[in-house]
Amino acid sequence: MIKLENVHKSYGTKDNSTEILKGVSLDIGDGDFAVILGPSGSGKSTLLNVASGLERPDSGSVLYNGENIARLSDERLTEFRRKNIGFIFQQYYLLPNLTVDKNVRMGAELAHNGNYAEIIKALGLSEKRGRYPHELSGGEQQRVSAARALAKKPAALFLDEPTGALDEETGRLVLDHIAKLQRELGFTIIMVTHNANIAEMAKTVIRMNSGKIVEQYGNQTQKTAYEIGW
Amino acid sequence: MVIGIKDVFKLIGMIIISACAVFVCTLFLNYNIDLRGIESEISAQSRALFDALVTMGKVISAVSGGCLLLTSVVMLCFYIKHYIDQHRQELGILKALGYSKFRIARGFWVFGLSVLIGTAIGFAGAHCLMPKFYSVQNEDGLLPAFDPRFHTELLLFLVILPTAAFALMSVGYGLIKLKTPVLELLKGKSTANVKHVRGGEKPTFLREMKSATVRSRKSLVFFIGFASFCYSAMVQMSLCIDKLASEMMALMTLMIGIILAFVTLFIAAATIVRSNAKSVSIMRVFGYSGKECSSAVLNGYRPAAVIGFAVGSAYQYLLLKIAVDVMFKDVENVPEFDFNFRALIVAAVSFVIVYEAVIFFCSRRLGKLSLKQIMLDAE
Repeated sequence: MIKLENVHKSYGTKDNSTEILKGVSLDIGDGDFAVILGPSGSGKSTLLNVASGLERPDSGSVLYNGENIARLSDERLTEFRRKNIGFIFQQYYLLPNLTVDKNVRMGAELAHNGNYAEIIKALGLSEKRGRYPHELSGGEQQRVSAARALAKKPAALFLDEPTGALDEETGRLVLDHIAKLQRELGFTIIMVTHNANIAEMAKTVIRMNSGKIVEQYGNQTQKTAYEIGW
Repeated sequence: MVIGIKDVFKLIGMIIISACAVFVCTLFLNYNIDLRGIESEISAQSRALFDALVTMGKVISAVSGGCLLLTSVVMLCFYIKHYIDQHRQELGILKALGYSKFRIARGFWVFGLSVLIGTAIGFAGAHCLMPKFYSVQNEDGLLPAFDPRFHTELLLFLVILPTAAFALMSVGYGLIKLKTPVLELLKGKSTANVKHVRGGEKPTFLREMKSATVRSRKSLVFFIGFASFCYSAMVQMSLCIDKLASEMMALMTLMIGIILAFVTLFIAAATIVRSNAKSVSIMRVFGYSGKECSSAVLNGYRPAAVIGFAVGSAYQYLLLKIAVDVMFKDVENVPEFDFNFRALIVAAVSFVIVYEAVIFFCSRRLGKLSLKQIMLDAE
């Protein structure tokens, strides 16, 4: 479903540029649970941004069901994200002036999903629907961020260090919710993390270093969020 | 200290508005003082004109000066609040390190310098224009000729005291805003007006976003309304007073109206864009189109613009009506004054063009926001 072919990406000026992705090629199937691991600066977040259509590669192609999204205009790319992609970020990025309910509705309305209350309930946020982000704990904010992304009914969910700002207990809770919903709804997950333990939850594990994929393997069995180490 | 002299120049709106206020007040008050100096030389037949000119000077100074003073105060408070919001982490660190509220807030006096720059420009500008203004005011030769004189008390009341007052006000308002607890400054807390609403019909997300944007920055509603008010009142007034006053006064009114409207509109619009950049980028990440984002963020202020325009129309009509019926009632050859629909249409059409151009400019700026940069800035 998502195929990257020889993707290159650099930042900086012509004279002083740093190549972050050095010819990355990758295949991720429908319904996969892929985890991208790597040290800081290895290019994993850039890979996530390029694969999700947030950024364009300098060269190479990003094929989504056969269509090269790297060549789409800004409007078409926005349309593509609207129809297909959900995001969960480490910093949550909730809309500060809107309640939990309205933040989740932001995602739900794009998918004409009138039943988003079920997702709020599934993530244990029913009691917090009328609260504003600053009235919630970090874990609750991340669950709102997850509910917002899932209410959009995405075909692919991209997660950038979703547990990076959470304590162990809350981190496990958030991952457990997301994994359960993935098994139920069958969407694809592509998650970037520096926590190697989380890779045990994945079907596919991709290791990156210095802008290249250095290892890719599949897990025979997937552990739950409560079975992995932290 | 987190506040530097260079921050003063960010208050360009304050500089322009205080310059306009002092320009008008200096011109008319200086003229009034000099006019009173020749009161003994006024003949019986020129008495009515003399009284009307003195009253007109007072009214114009009070109305435009008062209006602009109010705007300057609101703008100053807005700037300081915005400054604290933007630098809350630095201020939080200073408070956490043990700096007292007063020690931090006293640095805010530099904002008073913007008023000094503005008032000094306005005062000097008025003195440059004064000889021409005096000759135009008495071009029919009905009053004895007199030259402009420099009045130190005007320098004190229009330049020095406002600067001191605004510097003190900056420190005082800074002290009030710095009452925020340290942790809240460090971590940041939404300024949203928390209103827990349950039940009732649910508006769509975009509609809710629109009203939340307006609720979160109510001072901008004032600025948009005020900009529309200024534009409407001043443009219509300048088109109406050509028969009542000199062309120079009409031109001055028009220029001040347009400058004020543009300055306040641009400040408000730029603040809307800046303060909503993160929300818009998140919406775009999720797939909302540029048009939907601009509409959610910018369209909520349109009613304030319409109301400001309507109030401005009524205000200028009433002001001129009172001027003609009361101040000039004993002066001969003053034409009848009725509501000028032609002026209303000209002002309305030109305002729609100006307002929509500013909104279009802001939409383009919102559309050009780099998603990645905003994400990085937020961290």
